[in-house]
Amino acid sequence: MKPLRPWLLAALVVLIYALHQDFWNWDRIEPLICGFLPIGLAYHAAYSLLAAALMWVLVRWAWPTQLDQLEKSEARRPEEKDHNA
Amino acid sequence: MIPAIVVFLYLAIVIYIGIFAFRKGKTSGEDYFLASRSLGSWVFLLSLFGTNMTAFAILGSSGLAYQRGIGVYGLMASASGLVIPLTIFFIGTRLWALGKQHGHMTQVQYFRDRWECSFTGTLIFALTALMLVPYIIIGVMGGGQTLEALTTIMGPDGKPKMFEVLHNGAVVLEHRHYVSYEVGGGMVALVVMSYVFFGGMRGTAWVNTFQTVLFLCFGTAAFILIGKNLGGFDTLVQNLAANPKTAPLLTRARIPVEEFFSYTFIPLSSIMFPHIAIMCMTAKKASAFRKTVIFYPICIMLIWLPSVFLGLVAAGQFPGLKPGESDDVILRLLTENTSTVLAGVLGAAIMACVMASDSQILALCTMFTEDIFAYYGGKERFGEKAQVWTGRIFVVLVTTVAYLIALELKDKAGIFELAIRFAFSGFAALAPVMLAALFWKRSNKWGALAAVLWVTLTMVGTFYLYEITEAIAPKPGQPPVPIFPALGNLLVRTPGNITIHGYLPVVFMVLGSALLMVIVSLLTPPPSAATINKYFPKNN
Repeated sequence: MKPLRPWLLAALVVLIYALHQDFWNWDRIEPLICGFLPIGLAYHAAYSLLAAALMWVLVRWAWPTQLDQLEKSEARRPEEKDHNA
Repeated sequence: MIPAIVVFLYLAIVIYIGIFAFRKGKTSGEDYFLASRSLGSWVFLLSLFGTNMTAFAILGSSGLAYQRGIGVYGLMASASGLVIPLTIFFIGTRLWALGKQHGHMTQVQYFRDRWECSFTGTLIFALTALMLVPYIIIGVMGGGQTLEALTTIMGPDGKPKMFEVLHNGAVVLEHRHYVSYEVGGGMVALVVMSYVFFGGMRGTAWVNTFQTVLFLCFGTAAFILIGKNLGGFDTLVQNLAANPKTAPLLTRARIPVEEFFSYTFIPLSSIMFPHIAIMCMTAKKASAFRKTVIFYPICIMLIWLPSVFLGLVAAGQFPGLKPGESDDVILRLLTENTSTVLAGVLGAAIMACVMASDSQILALCTMFTEDIFAYYGGKERFGEKAQVWTGRIFVVLVTTVAYLIALELKDKAGIFELAIRFAFSGFAALAPVMLAALFWKRSNKWGALAAVLWVTLTMVGTFYLYEITEAIAPKPGQPPVPIFPALGNLLVRTPGNITIHGYLPVVFMVLGSALLMVIVSLLTPPPSAATINKYFPKNN
């Protein structure tokens, strides 16, 4: 997978961080999402899902390659018998 | 009494897990303290998440939502759902790699080697150990509160039975419990101590995994059943919205904008908590981190959303509770709205989160044995077996002291305040130190020393200001009070905090720490070329 440009990913992280400050929902109760979740709470629940999506993007396009190299070199070593917890 | 029996059964299971882990374990330090760096990806995710879920997450969040409304989710959960996985992604993975490459088991071991320093490492050890202790106490306090609430003596109508008690010459009505706070806290402390003592990291990770699964499964059931029993959440919310006293809880009216922003700095603390950093070194493969960072925000949502929402529901059901009293609202809802057996199972699930102090206790003992005992020659002199036993003795000592303090502090400090005041801000302000160590070659021990001193001084300073302003502290809902009227609103006292121009001290602590790290490092000599090459090899 070709890594995305770091500045693009950094901008995405900053954008999502900024979206946390949803001042437009501050004093609103309605609409009630699913009939019972005030909009301010529903927004932040959706924000949690957005954070998960961001992490998926980072894992896919910005994963530190040295970790995989280390894992490979570890695997090449004679394996000690350990307890797989 | 049935809920209590279910909880006792649960406690017996976790002790068994600890003993089972003991049987599977080896005698080496790395096995006891890090489970031989062998955790699989699901165990790693669930145990890391379980480690972060404490009494604070369940009891504190619902209690705080009861007082301050829906904004509590945004303050802590959604901010944590973004920042914590980011820190695990950028810092946790690197710590894992360094542990594999160089054998580090604690943050201080890494700092000492990375910056060729002994004193700064010892200082960081002392500071982090001091900040970890309140977290452990919270676990014991939460355990006492949970068991007490779950064993409330009920009347024939299914409601808590009221007893007449003489208080200062006046007769008052209050609940009674089969298991008191003192006995409950003691039992939790004993159980945690047992499985950490026997099982070490493997036992702790397995118990945390079991606890997280239990909570995720039964927490959802509790949420649905409470809603059903109370006539549906839509009706409850409409009632809250129609009442002028509770309607602000459905907005963020009780949370200032500056405070909401400040809280996004708090989750930086997570990776700096020694138990989280140490746990990052237990993964067998780097790939375990992929799953963890993606699912982490979802796990947070699954736990915090019901907790915060039930705090709101409780505001309609039990109006008029003061901040300290609202910490157990979720348990009150549980005992009054579910069957006794289910209340017990769900109580056990809550207990699971409350008992997250296990990994803090283990981390403290890992730090002591690695950063002090081994570093100052104990391991060489007495051998690895003695090191592990020193760790075990330390587990007993720490748990006993935590229990005694929890008894002393009963009713004196809310779970949430205690955690925030002593630990979270301080650990968050140490994050720039870790970032500099990992990503900035030029950073050095002097920069780290300056940052650590800054963190210490600002923590002591804000604590001092908090203490001297107790008398003028406004009540919840009242406007903040300027601490020094000549400075206007620069330093003000809110009901639960000190703020600087409206922002929490953590913002300035983090920024100051980062600034000092950079400036002082640039003004002083860098680490040797050999050390820099060791940690930043040219081919990377």
